[in-house]
Amino acid sequence: MNDIILYAVVSLGAIGVIAAIILFFVAQKFKVIEDPRIDEVEEVLPAANCGGCGFAGCRNFAEEIVKAGNMEGFNCPVGGADLMTDVGKVLGLEAELKDPEIAVLRCNGSCENSPQKAQYDGVQSCFVANALFSGEGGCAFGCLGCGDCVEACDFDAMYMDKETGLPVVKENCIACGACVKACPRDILELRKRNKKERRIFVSCVNKEKGGPAKKNCSVACIGCGKCQKVCKFDAITIENNLAYIDPIACKLCRKCAPECPTNAIWEVNFPPKKERPVVEVKTDAATKSADVTTEKVAPQKIEKTENDIAVKESPDLKETNDNKENTES
Amino acid sequence: MVLKTFKLGGVHPPENKISAAKSIEILAIPARVSIPVSQVLGAPSTPIVKKGDMVKVGQLIAKGEAFISANVHSSVSGKVLKIDDVLDSSGYRKSSVVIDVDGDEWMDGIDTSEEIIRDISSLQQADIIEKIKAAGIVGLGGATFPSHVKLMVPKGKVAEVLIINGVECEPYLTADHRLMLEKGEQLLIGIQILMKGLGVDRAIIGIENNKADAIDHLNNLTANYPGVSVQPLKVQYPQGGEKQLIKACINREVPSGKLPIEVGAVVNNVGTAFAVYEAIQKNKPLIERIVTVTGKSLTETANFMVRIGTPISDLIEKVGGLPEDTGKVISGGPMMGKALNSVDAAVVKGTSGILIINNTEAKRSQAVNCIRCGKCTTVCPMGLEPFYLSQVAKMENFDAAEKNRIMDCIECGSCMFICPSYRPLLDYIRLGKSKVGKIMRSRQN
Repeated sequence: MNDIILYAVVSLGAIGVIAAIILFFVAQKFKVIEDPRIDEVEEVLPAANCGGCGFAGCRNFAEEIVKAGNMEGFNCPVGGADLMTDVGKVLGLEAELKDPEIAVLRCNGSCENSPQKAQYDGVQSCFVANALFSGEGGCAFGCLGCGDCVEACDFDAMYMDKETGLPVVKENCIACGACVKACPRDILELRKRNKKERRIFVSCVNKEKGGPAKKNCSVACIGCGKCQKVCKFDAITIENNLAYIDPIACKLCRKCAPECPTNAIWEVNFPPKKERPVVEVKTDAATKSADVTTEKVAPQKIEKTENDIAVKESPDLKETNDNKENTES
Repeated sequence: MVLKTFKLGGVHPPENKISAAKSIEILAIPARVSIPVSQVLGAPSTPIVKKGDMVKVGQLIAKGEAFISANVHSSVSGKVLKIDDVLDSSGYRKSSVVIDVDGDEWMDGIDTSEEIIRDISSLQQADIIEKIKAAGIVGLGGATFPSHVKLMVPKGKVAEVLIINGVECEPYLTADHRLMLEKGEQLLIGIQILMKGLGVDRAIIGIENNKADAIDHLNNLTANYPGVSVQPLKVQYPQGGEKQLIKACINREVPSGKLPIEVGAVVNNVGTAFAVYEAIQKNKPLIERIVTVTGKSLTETANFMVRIGTPISDLIEKVGGLPEDTGKVISGGPMMGKALNSVDAAVVKGTSGILIINNTEAKRSQAVNCIRCGKCTTVCPMGLEPFYLSQVAKMENFDAAEKNRIMDCIECGSCMFICPSYRPLLDYIRLGKSKVGKIMRSRQN
C-alpha cells in the first residue's frame, strides 16, 4: 500500500520536473519580446473596446500607437484630450489634440413634420426597413425611426424620443461613431462640439428637388441656396439640392439659420435671439407674455458674456432682409 | 396515382384563387403612363427618348446595354412629358419615362390581329435569341431576369430539357392560370420557339393539380406539338421556385449556389413563353402583361391585360375601388409579394398581381419567443435552418450565416408562415443575405 503511494509520488514528481525543464527551455526559445509600453498604454485606456478609435479594441490601439511611434491620427474619443495627454506622457510624445466631437442627427422628420403615410410592421430594424420601403413619412432619405443607432450605442448616449419618433443624442456622447456606421441612410454625422456646445447644422439629408422634398416633410432642405449666399465664410456648399455646413469653416455667426425658408438649419444651445421675443410679447396675448419674459431674462445674461455674437446680431438682420429681397427679385 | 412534387419541405397555404373563373379583360389605356427605365434584375437601361418626343406603341424608349439588362418599349402612343424620378411601389424614386397618351398608334410591322401564326420552321436559333433580347422580354414570374440570357447556354454545359412554369403556387394569383386556358395555343408555339432557341427537343409544362381545366386543355393541345408534355403536380408551396420545380418535374437537384443549367434544365414561366410567341410571331415587344386584381373584401375580382406603366390605382378603380377595411395592398402574392407604399405606382414587367388584404389579416401578430419546435426547418424547401440563420443574421455573425448557406434561401416565406411564435424569420434572413452578398462580392474583387 505504502509502495503504491511512494511510486505515484516519485513518478509524478519526476514527470513534473522533466516537464518544467522542457517548458523552461521552450519558453526561452520562443520568448515574445513585447514593448512594455504597450501594457502601460493599455492601462491608461478606458477598456471600453468600443472601436471608436478605428482599431479592434483598446489593446490593438495600444499596440498600434506604440508601433507607430507618433500620435498622428490616433485619438481615443472616449477619453478625449485628457487621456491622449496621458498616453503622450507614457510614450514621451506630444499629444495631438483633436476637437471633441458629438454625433448629430441630420433629420427632423418627426411625426408632426413628416406625417405618416404608410405603416411599417416588420422587424424593428432600420436596415430591413430601408430595403423594403422609403419610410413611413414618405421621405426616402430621412430617419426610419427603428433605432439601429440607439442599439449600436455602447455608452447609453442615445434614446428614442417617443413623441417625435426620432433618436436623440445625449451630451455624454463620446463620438465613437458606432451609430454613424449603424445608420443605413447616413443621417448621423460626427461634428465639432464647439464652445458651450453650440452647433449649427442642416438638419436634413434629402437630396430631392424642393417640391418633392417639401411634400413629404415640412422642414426639408429644398436646396434654395439662401444660406449659401449669406455665409461670409464659404462654409456652406449645396450639392444635389442639399445644403451642407462645413463644421470647420463655420464660425457660428448664425446668419444662415433665419434665412432658411423651411427652418432646416438648426442652432443648438444658442441663446434665443434678442429681437424675436420682443416681437412676440407685443403681438401675443397677455397670458403668454409671462413665459416669454422669463425666457428673455435668462438668455440676456449669457449674451453679455458671449459679446462677439451679441454685437453682430443687429446689423445682420438688416443685411439678411436685404438679401431676401435680392433673391426674391 | 401519386402526383409528383418536390420532396423537401413545403407548406400548403389556403389557395383563395377567387378570380380563377374571371376571363382576361383588356384594361382601357390610361391617360398617362410612367414607365420605369429599369424593370429588370440587372443593370439599368438608358433612356433614348427625350422630353417632347412623340412615341408610338412598341417603340424602344430605353436601351439595355449591359449583358444582364433588357430593353424597355413604350406601351402607349403619345408625347413624352418628362423623364424624371417617379415614386415606385416601394416609395423610392426611380428614373421613369412619363408619357401623355394620345390615341393608340402602333409601330409599323407589329401584327395586332388575333390570328395565330403557327409556322416556326424558318427561324434560326441565333435569330430567336436576338429577337427576344430586342423585345425586352424578362422572366414574367416575378423575378424579371432577362430571358435571352437564360437561352445562352454557357460553354461546357448542355441543356437537355426546357421546363415551363405553370405552377402558380402563390395563393390568390390566377394570371398564369387564365393565360394557359385562354392563350393555350399561342403558349405552346412560344414553347416550341423557346425549345428551338435553346436547342432542346423536350419541354415539360409543370402545372399544379388545382388547375385541372388548364391541365386538360393543354393536354389536348400538346398532341399537335411533339416534345411538349404536361406534368400535373401535387399542390405544394413553393413549387413555382425554379429549383423546386426542377426537382418535381425531372427529379434532379440543383447544387447549392449553382444555376439550373448545371443539371441540364432551363426554367421559364408560361407568361414568358407567351411573350416570346408575341415577340417572334407577331413582332410585338413586351408592352403588356396579365395582372390579377383580387382580395377577399373586393366585390369583384379580375384578370386584366394591362399596358406596362399603368397606375395601379386604375386597376383597383376598375374593380370598384379600395374597400374600406383595406389594410395592405400587395404587389404579387401573399407569400412573396411586397406591400405597396402607394397605389399611384405603375404596373411593371414583374407585377403579377395586386392583392388587397383587409385590416385584420394585414396585421402581423406579435412575435414571441422561439419554442424550438423546428417547424421552420421542416418546411424549408432548401433544407436550411431558418431559426438559426435569422438569429445569426440578427447577431451579425455573417460567417456562420454564410457557412450555413444563407445565400441559398429563396425567400419563399414558408418558415414565417408556419412559425407558431410569429417570429420575423425572413426579415432577418433577408438582412443577412444582403450583408453576406456584399461580403462575398467584396471578396471577389
